Amino acid sequence: MHLQPAPGRRVATARSRSLPARAGIGLKPEHFRDIVETRPDLGFFEIHAENYMVAGGPFHHWLTRIRELYPLSIHGVGLSIGGEGPLDEAHLDRLAVLLDRYQPESFSEHLAWSSHGGNFYNDLLPAPYHATTLARVCEHIDRVQERIKRPMLLENPATYVEFAASTMAEADFIAEAVRRSGCGLLLDVNNVHVSCTNHGRDARAYIAALPLAAVGEIHLAGFAEEIDAAGAPLLIDSHGAPVAEAVWELYCHALDLTGPMPTLLERDNDIPALPVLLAEARHAGRILECVLPFAAESAVA
Amino acid sequence: MSADFAAALLATDGRCPPGLTTWNGSAPEQRFAVYRNNVVVGLVDALADSFPVTQALVGEDFFRAMAREFVRVAPPRSPVLALYGEDLAGFIEDFGPAAGLPYLADLARLEYLRVLAWHAADADPVAQAELAALLAAADALAAARFRLAPALFVLDSAHAVASLWAAHQADDVAAALAGGDPERAEAALVCRNGLEVEVFSIGRGAAAFIGLLQQGAPLATASTQALAVAARFDAAPTLALLLRVGAITGITTPRRQQS
Repeated sequence: MHLQPAPGRRVATARSRSLPARAGIGLKPEHFRDIVETRPDLGFFEIHAENYMVAGGPFHHWLTRIRELYPLSIHGVGLSIGGEGPLDEAHLDRLAVLLDRYQPESFSEHLAWSSHGGNFYNDLLPAPYHATTLARVCEHIDRVQERIKRPMLLENPATYVEFAASTMAEADFIAEAVRRSGCGLLLDVNNVHVSCTNHGRDARAYIAALPLAAVGEIHLAGFAEEIDAAGAPLLIDSHGAPVAEAVWELYCHALDLTGPMPTLLERDNDIPALPVLLAEARHAGRILECVLPFAAESAVA
Repeated sequence: MSADFAAALLATDGRCPPGLTTWNGSAPEQRFAVYRNNVVVGLVDALADSFPVTQALVGEDFFRAMAREFVRVAPPRSPVLALYGEDLAGFIEDFGPAAGLPYLADLARLEYLRVLAWHAADADPVAQAELAALLAAADALAAARFRLAPALFVLDSAHAVASLWAAHQADDVAAALAGGDPERAEAALVCRNGLEVEVFSIGRGAAAFIGLLQQGAPLATASTQALAVAARFDAAPTLALLLRVGAITGITTPRRQQS
């Protein structure tokens, strides 16, 4: 019984090692040097896991330095959790090595697939929402969490088509996956706006149906706008533009429901100079600061 | 389900997989095209990032059309996209429209070696003291074996691809290219030095010499065999270059092994 205090300590450690409820940005190679030299005031950096699954060189050189200065979120884009086949164990091994090396405060992946038949398609592809997919997704999340020995956050997707075979609404599917697997939720507010616009749904109702108690991080990004064959707006999750006004509004709404959350500004295409991204992060930071008193009250209540 | 979806992503006939629906009854083909575009454009962009001089040699339109063909026949087998494109040079060799540029495949090979060097494992160069000790013991030198950096590669080409690549780094590419003969055989040394990847034009004897050292041949053996490749080969400047770029990461001598 003399070992009893240990679990308590472990929980305390785990809590202190979560991302701060502040704004962060995606880490881009063109900003490595600027970041180390100017050390901007940011809550955290996020990287795409696959970009750092190489043996050595400048990517690891810079990430090692930046990781010493900031909390880190590692975000996978290649595990193919929604895929039909088993997970790629070699890829899972590479991921485990990366997580061991950098000990990030958070790891997240997508409700999507990207590999099939040994090919990697480099996109987050949709799956039908029914019992078979649900069982497989939960099995995959279980395997990931077992292999990396830490919980993961599952991100809601941006999609452009739906499947006749689906029997569940996306938010219900996610709620059930989170409940069964015990994973957390990465709430991508831009994806909510994009998908709800693309499929004629109500974004606030969609968010209300999600398991909001499981949210561990929020993503914000910009989209591109096209039209579908019927002339209806078709939004593309491009990560190539500033966050749209409608998404900022939806973000404020989400924060009212979740309390303050670590918030990532994602920009993966047409990447601007670092100060432009920092200004967008400051905007999110000001919104987060307004939410703080509310969260303190609810924590006391 | 995924098999149909995946096949349609790389198809060129505009079809979309069965079983897709849209909330407003609009044709799913146009929506599915977003995925196809994301996949193909994303992979072509990745190749353009890794093969900038290959692209410069043929122009952006030609390169992207060629890369689209390549993506469809050889999509990535791994989610580690940084290393995608290993087979592009082989594809270029058989790509009819590029037949007029016989050096293009080796130029792509050179650029892929730059990618490998960029991401290769880190290794510290040998300490000066270790080298000085070796040079002071001439008898040990001949039998010494060198461990070379994982970020060091040699390409022996029938074309002057190292010079061609270097000319494309100049501010005035046209002037840098003037007078060059791409049909001349040339070997290239590709090496990451610190945080930069460098490309050097080296002789064919030097290329053979470095290749032998990489395979673990003793210095004297590598020198002798390199002389058979190029009669005027001199090991000293090649070793000096390897030292300068920090590519010698370990030395073993018979005496050292005994001690």
